[in-house]
Amino acid sequence: MTTPLLSVENLSVAYREGDHTARVTHEVSFAIAPGEVVALVGESGSGKTTTAQAVIGLLPENGRIETGAIRLNGEDISRWSGKRLDVIRGRQISLIPQDPTSSLNPVRTVGAQVGEILRIHGERDRSLIEARVIELLGRVGLSDPELRARQYPHELSGGMKQRVLIATAIALKPQLIIADEPTSALDVTVQRRILDLIDELRRENGTAVLLVTHDLGVAADRADRIVVLQGGRIQETGETASLLASPRSPYARRLLADAPSLSARTFRAAPAPGEDAIIVDNLVHEYQSSGREPFRAVDSVSFTVRAGTTHAIVGESGSGKTTTVRDIVGFGRPTAGAIRIAGTDISALKGEALRKFRQTIQLVYQNPFSSLDPRQTVFGIVEEPLINFGERDAAVRAQKVNALLERVGLPEALRKRRPRALSGGQRQRVAIARALILDPKVLVLDEAVSALDVTVQAQILKLLDELQKERGLTYLFVSHDLAVVRQISDTVSVLHNGQQVEAGSVEDVFLRPQSDYTRELIDAIPGKRSHALA
Amino acid sequence: MSSIGTVDGLASASHGRTASGLGARLRRLQPGLVLAWIVIAIVVLFALFPQLFTSYSPVQGVPVEKLKAPSALHILGTDALGRDLFTRIVYGAVHSLTGAFVAVAVGLVVGTAFGVIAGSTGGIVEDGIMRLVDVLLSIPGLLLMLSIIILLGFGTVNAAIAVGITSVAAFARLSRSEVVRVRRSEYVEAAFGSGGTFLAVLWRHVLPNSLVSVLGFAALQFGGAILAISTLGFLGYGAPPPTPEWGLLIAEGRNYIGTAWWLTTAPGIVVVLVVLSANRISQSLGGRK
Repeated sequence: MTTPLLSVENLSVAYREGDHTARVTHEVSFAIAPGEVVALVGESGSGKTTTAQAVIGLLPENGRIETGAIRLNGEDISRWSGKRLDVIRGRQISLIPQDPTSSLNPVRTVGAQVGEILRIHGERDRSLIEARVIELLGRVGLSDPELRARQYPHELSGGMKQRVLIATAIALKPQLIIADEPTSALDVTVQRRILDLIDELRRENGTAVLLVTHDLGVAADRADRIVVLQGGRIQETGETASLLASPRSPYARRLLADAPSLSARTFRAAPAPGEDAIIVDNLVHEYQSSGREPFRAVDSVSFTVRAGTTHAIVGESGSGKTTTVRDIVGFGRPTAGAIRIAGTDISALKGEALRKFRQTIQLVYQNPFSSLDPRQTVFGIVEEPLINFGERDAAVRAQKVNALLERVGLPEALRKRRPRALSGGQRQRVAIARALILDPKVLVLDEAVSALDVTVQAQILKLLDELQKERGLTYLFVSHDLAVVRQISDTVSVLHNGQQVEAGSVEDVFLRPQSDYTRELIDAIPGKRSHALA
Repeated sequence: MSSIGTVDGLASASHGRTASGLGARLRRLQPGLVLAWIVIAIVVLFALFPQLFTSYSPVQGVPVEKLKAPSALHILGTDALGRDLFTRIVYGAVHSLTGAFVAVAVGLVVGTAFGVIAGSTGGIVEDGIMRLVDVLLSIPGLLLMLSIIILLGFGTVNAAIAVGITSVAAFARLSRSEVVRVRRSEYVEAAFGSGGTFLAVLWRHVLPNSLVSVLGFAALQFGGAILAISTLGFLGYGAPPPTPEWGLLIAEGRNYIGTAWWLTTAPGIVVVLVVLSANRISQSLGGRK
């Protein structure tokens, strides 16, 4: 093998916080050959983003490289000053950032922002810059690049913004692109198109890619080699195929088992017949906006869910799934149609009757941090619904709360803590406990596991499964992640632009999709290649 | 740089203290903030126990001793009636501080009540309250204070109330915006979702979460209130002579500015120090959020 394009040797990075320094990566070493795709895989806190930031010299202010070297074409750049690094940033190494919505300047046009990198690296001819910008925007697959160049970021969708950032990253044909979770904020089908684009550009220019991702499925599809990180240490490095086929380290094995997109494709057994817990009939929800046609967010959606089963609502952003769910839990009012929960028509309920009815149906939110009051303790959060529904005896409340917290796997020591002092998985357990303390019949889970790391996700899904069996709960599971849906649902509705394009048992929908849109969604599930290899 | 400690700490463990505990803690203390707290503490002691600091009387003068420059006997000199200036400043603290407290309390309670009602109800009530607040904001502060004093009559408490009313609008606006922000958060919706009534959710979730920055703002207003009360005292709308109120001290000293500079300078510096200290402390409270 010739000299690698990039070689990271024994890299240790530490963050200073107050009078502490905490090392977040420990002697990480890997190399990238020209034109190769290497994936850094790990959960949050594994040091994958820190490693990527160190490579391009963009560590946060309190971060410091303690030991090790970063060699670009054999030259150690780890001790270079920011000014010196400016020369290679963009020209030899470029970055595709994680969050496209916050990575573009909202007050400048897209064209000006892409042109900036050309200007910084010495191009002065204005018409030449303009022509090159339009060429780049066209190259990354934006329709009508002349128009796009004059638009502002808020006029573009998330996927389009990510394409603009990719255009900036490839503008000077760098040898290495660092893609830091380039698609985790995007819908699955958009995610696939963006990854395809990066792949294509890589082949065209021979660019190497350092792909940072939490999704082993994405890494399996796109990378030549995978570096698995945990707690700042490399657990395993290897060729993608061999690592997936026979992972050596226990951590990689667990990661592989927990990744829904890579786990075995078994469907749930068909549920026993029973009564219907949720009946949604021709639900229509329109948003009025003055002076314009009302916007129909949900258009005649109908489905029924049998008691004790899980129904999934699948769709991308803007598909109307959140609106549907908000109507079902009684936070929104449908324009037309009926919703019956356990025999009661919820759209007719108001005021005190609606408040009383909330004991029957409970919602778990996507973001476990913003849905818990930061000033309450864990105990207080779970206790509150009991107070709301008139349980006066504090000893009875305490006994119920403690029993449930025990059941959802929160140790006693955590009960006096506030949400800030909990991990994401623990917070979501608190949210589940709060929803279950009233013994509801129906639990609505709005992307309840999407924000969690795969291993934590797997634990929460297991907990939900056990609780469903113990208590005969009916779940309405909203998700954009088809791999998770495949794993835990009995029936599924696929929404697209407010319409239900497909409904039925999970097995039917996944194995025999009727609509093109469903097929596209299923194809976009990452991890295809690993199954082809297996 | 404390690199020696860093290297040692990291060699043994990934979590290392960069320096010995006490030294590091001392370095983290901001000297400005410490000084601000000291100033405020001294002024509060002035207000609580003025006898401890001086043996002179604040109102009874010794005619022979009039207009003496600062000396060992009278560290800040004496005024035209032979009263010790330092004593008058010490005894004046209680007037300025209680005035500022009353002013901030009036603004905080009335303004926050308006803001919370407006933010949590919405609709016509909100529009009504907020337009009233806009009207209050459109009147120049000093004009508003003077008008209120003319309606209520002169005096320390009335001056304080007048100062408080001018800050009602600012408190109302801030607390309304905080309430609106908190009300839109998911945990408030979740609280309604788990069966909370309107008042219960307001009390348990909206109020505690929206009042943090309002309290920070109150600390900031404290400095402003001392200044405003001194202004009113200087203009003769506050406490009547011979009360040793700080603004009044400056006003009385004005007549002798050519011959007895200390009569205006000393109380002026005290006012500036207290206002700066209050602002510094409120800044640190606000930043800690």
